[in-house]
Amino acid sequence: MSASSRPRGVALAAALVAALTVLPLLVILPSAVSVGAESAAAYLLRPRVGQLLAHTGMLVVVTVPASIIIGVLAAWLVERTALPWAGLWRTLLLAPLAVPAFVSAYAWVTVAPWLTGFTGAALVTTLSYYPFVFLPAAAMLRTLDPGDEEAARSLGLSPTAAVVRTVLPRLRPALSGGALLVTLHLLAEFGVLQMMRFQTLTTAIMQQYAVGFSDAAGSLLASVLLTLCLLALVLELLARGRRRVSKIGLGAQRRAVPVALGPWTAPALFFLAVLVVLALVVPLGTVGRWLARADIAGDLASGLVQVTLSTLGLALLGALAATAAALPGAWLLNRHRSGLTLLLERVTFLGSALPGVVVGLALVTLAVTWARPVYQTVALVIMAYAILFVPRAMVSLRAGLAASPPELSEASRSLGQGGTATLVRVVLPLMAPSVLTGFVLVALAVGTELTATLLLAPTGVDTLALAFWRAASELDYAGAAPYAAMMIALSVPLTLLLRRQILEER
Amino acid sequence: MSEVRLRGVTAGYGREAVLDHVDLTVREGTTTAVLGGSGSGKTTLLRVISGFLRPGSGTVEVGGRTVAGPGVWVPPERRGVAYVRQEGALFPHLSVAGNIAFGLPWPRRRHRDRVLELLELVGLTADLADRRPDQLSGGQQQRVALARALAPRPELVLLDEPFSSLDAGLRVATREATARALRASGATALLVTHDQGEALSFADEVAILTLGRFRQVDRPTVVYREPVDAEVAEFLGDAVLLAGTAADGLVDCRLGTLPVGGPVPSGEVQVMVRPEQITLTETGTGQLDATVRAVTYFGHDAVVELDLANDAAHHPLRARVIGLHPPTPGDRVGVSVVGSVRAFPRGRTAAGTDLPVAEAS
Repeated sequence: MSASSRPRGVALAAALVAALTVLPLLVILPSAVSVGAESAAAYLLRPRVGQLLAHTGMLVVVTVPASIIIGVLAAWLVERTALPWAGLWRTLLLAPLAVPAFVSAYAWVTVAPWLTGFTGAALVTTLSYYPFVFLPAAAMLRTLDPGDEEAARSLGLSPTAAVVRTVLPRLRPALSGGALLVTLHLLAEFGVLQMMRFQTLTTAIMQQYAVGFSDAAGSLLASVLLTLCLLALVLELLARGRRRVSKIGLGAQRRAVPVALGPWTAPALFFLAVLVVLALVVPLGTVGRWLARADIAGDLASGLVQVTLSTLGLALLGALAATAAALPGAWLLNRHRSGLTLLLERVTFLGSALPGVVVGLALVTLAVTWARPVYQTVALVIMAYAILFVPRAMVSLRAGLAASPPELSEASRSLGQGGTATLVRVVLPLMAPSVLTGFVLVALAVGTELTATLLLAPTGVDTLALAFWRAASELDYAGAAPYAAMMIALSVPLTLLLRRQILEER
Repeated sequence: MSEVRLRGVTAGYGREAVLDHVDLTVREGTTTAVLGGSGSGKTTLLRVISGFLRPGSGTVEVGGRTVAGPGVWVPPERRGVAYVRQEGALFPHLSVAGNIAFGLPWPRRRHRDRVLELLELVGLTADLADRRPDQLSGGQQQRVALARALAPRPELVLLDEPFSSLDAGLRVATREATARALRASGATALLVTHDQGEALSFADEVAILTLGRFRQVDRPTVVYREPVDAEVAEFLGDAVLLAGTAADGLVDCRLGTLPVGGPVPSGEVQVMVRPEQITLTETGTGQLDATVRAVTYFGHDAVVELDLANDAAHHPLRARVIGLHPPTPGDRVGVSVVGSVRAFPRGRTAAGTDLPVAEAS
C-alpha cells in the first residue's frame, strides 16, 4: 500500500454513488416480484405484451444493422478515401447529434404524415442514431496504423483479405460499442415512437403511468425492459471479445494513404448527400419552416426565455450532481485498482443501460412510498439526472485523471508541495479540460431529456423538451418550433465539442 | 546538502519484500550510483527515500534527521528530497520557467534570476524559459527536470534512470551536463541505473543491488577491479572466468601462473580476468602462444577470440584490444596477462557463470 493513500473516505463515497445507481433496480425488481408469479404471468403473457415485445424486437433488428452499415460506410468514406471535402462531410455527418430524436420525428411527421408506424419509427431512429456508430468507427479508422495492413499485404494477402483480417477485427470494439448504444437508445426511446404511434415497452410504460399510476403493472413492464437492457449489455460484452486491439509496441503512428475512389466518387457523394438531407436538412428545414409561421413575439411573452433559463438551471444542477457523483469512483478507478474498484466499474457500466423511463418510475415509486416530501421536487429530478448521466461524467473524469498521472503529483510533493497545493497547482489545472467537457456533455443531455423529466418534473417547472412535447402533442407544430430551435441551438456546441475531441487533426 | 543513511530497511508491496534489510550511506556532496537489473529493487529504494513508500522496518536519515523509522514518518513534501524520473515528468500545463520555479516559495516564483541561473547550471540557454515542455527535445526535458529538482536546494537529489529514455549521443551529453550541474551545486545525489558504464562513469561510489540486497558498495575502480564474486564481476562488465588452483597469492590456470589481487582463497578457485588485461604481442614474445579465431571490431576497440596453443580442448578466450591495428583471424600471436587477477572460492559462487567445470590447465 502506498503511504500517501487514504482511500477509505473516497471508497465510501463511491460505494454510495454505486448504490444510488442500482437504486432503480432495487425498487423496480422487488415491486415486480411482490406481484406474485401467478398474476405476473397472467399480466405478462397477454397478447398485448407479446405485441410490445415484437415491436421492440423489430425495431432493434432493423435499426441496429442499418445504423452500423450507414455509420461504417460513411466513416470509411470520410476517413480512408480521397473523398472531396472530407472535413465538411465529417461535420455534416455528426451534426444530427445536435437534433434530439423526438424533434426529428416531429419534423418527419409534419413533412410526411403518411409515414407513421414501424417504417417511420425505423427511419427516424436510424437517421438519429447512426452517428453513435459513425463516431467511434471514424475515430478508430483514423488512428489505425496502416502498418498492419501493409504487413498483411507483404505476407501475401490480397487488399480485400488484408482489410478483412487486420482492419475489421480492430473495428470490432467500436462496432459492438456503437451497436450497444443504438440498442439501449431504442429500448429507452419514447418521444420518437409516441410521435410515430408505434407502441413499444417504453411507450406502454409511459401510457400506463399517464392513465393512472399503477405500481404493479408499470413495474412488471419496467422489469421486462430492464432485463432486455441488461441482456444487450451482456451480449455486447461477448461480442466485444477480449483480444487486445490497440497498437502494440512503440513508434509513431502513421497516417494511411487515402484510397482513390475513381468512378465511385459520384455514387459516394450521392450517398452522403442523401444521408445528410434525410438526417439533417429535413429536420432543420422543417423546424425553420414552422418557425417562420410561429408567433415568436407571443412565444417570448408566454415564457420561451423563462423556459430556456429554467432548462439551463436544471442542466447546470444536473451536470453538477452527475460530475460530483462520478468523482469518487473515477478517482478510485484511476488510482487504486482493486476488486472493489472493478466492481464499481461494472456497476457504473450497468448504470449506463438504465432507460429514463425506468429511473423515472423507480424514483416516483420510491418517493410516493417512502419519501412523500421529495415527491414533486426539483431534488428528485436532479437525482434522476445524476443516476442517468453518472456514466457519461465518469468517462470524462477518467480521461481527466489520466491526463494528471500520479507521477506528476509525486513530482509536486517532492518539490515541497503538500496535498492541497498539489491539488490546486497540478491536478486541477490538468483535469480541467476533460472535466469541463464532461460537464457540458451532461448539461446538454439534461437539456434535451424528455422521458424521466415527463415523469418527475414538479408542477410549475418547465423545460424546453417538456414545452416542445406539450405543443407537439396538441398538434400545435408552429408553437413547438421555437422550443425545438432552441434545443438544437443549445446542442450545437455539443457536436462541435465531440468533433474536436474525437476527430480533430492530431 | 547532507549525508543520507539507511539502516536495516525492509520494504515492499503487499506481502512481498522487495528490499531486504538494506544498509547504505551516501556521504555529503557525493554521488552514489545504485546499479541493478530489473526487479532488483532500485525504484523501491528511491520511493522509500523520497517518502512515497513506507518501509516495513528500518530507519532512513536525510541530513541527520530521521525521516522514516519506528514511529517516525515525514511526508514527501517535507523531506527536502528531490526526485528526477526517467521520463522527466514535467508539468505539461506550465512553461519551462514555471516548471523550474514550481518548488520555490511563492514570492520568489516571480523572479526570473533563479530560473535563469538554473537553466545555465544545467547547460540550457535562457531563451528556452518560455517554451512549453512538449516543445523540448528529450534531453532538454531531462535537463529542465534536473533544474526543477535543484531549484529549492534539496538535501538530496534522487535520479531514477534519468538517461535511459534518451538515444545514445544525447545520453552521454545529458549525463555529462547532469554530473557537472550536480558537482557545481554541491548536491548529494543517488542515481539508479541498470547501465554499468553509466554507474561507473557518473558516481563517486557504486552500489550493486540484486534481489533487494546490496552485494558491494565501493568506488568505481574498486568494484570493477575487485568485485566480491563472479556474478558482480560479470554484472559490471565483460569477464573471462576460468577454473584454477590457488596457493600463496598465486593462481594456476590456463593462462599460466598469475598473481592474485585481494583476498586469496586456497584450493580450487574460479579465476576472473578482464578481457582488456589480456594483451597480444608478436608470436613467441608473450607468456603463451595462440591463434586468432575471430575478431569483432567496434572501432575504438575490438574483441579478439583466441585459441590457446596449450589448450587441447580449444576453449575460446576473449581479449579486448584497442582498435588501431586489430589482428585478423588465423594470425598467430603471443598472449600476456597484465596486472593481477581475482580468484573466488569454487562452489560458493552463484550459479549461472559459464565456468567449464571439466577444464584443466
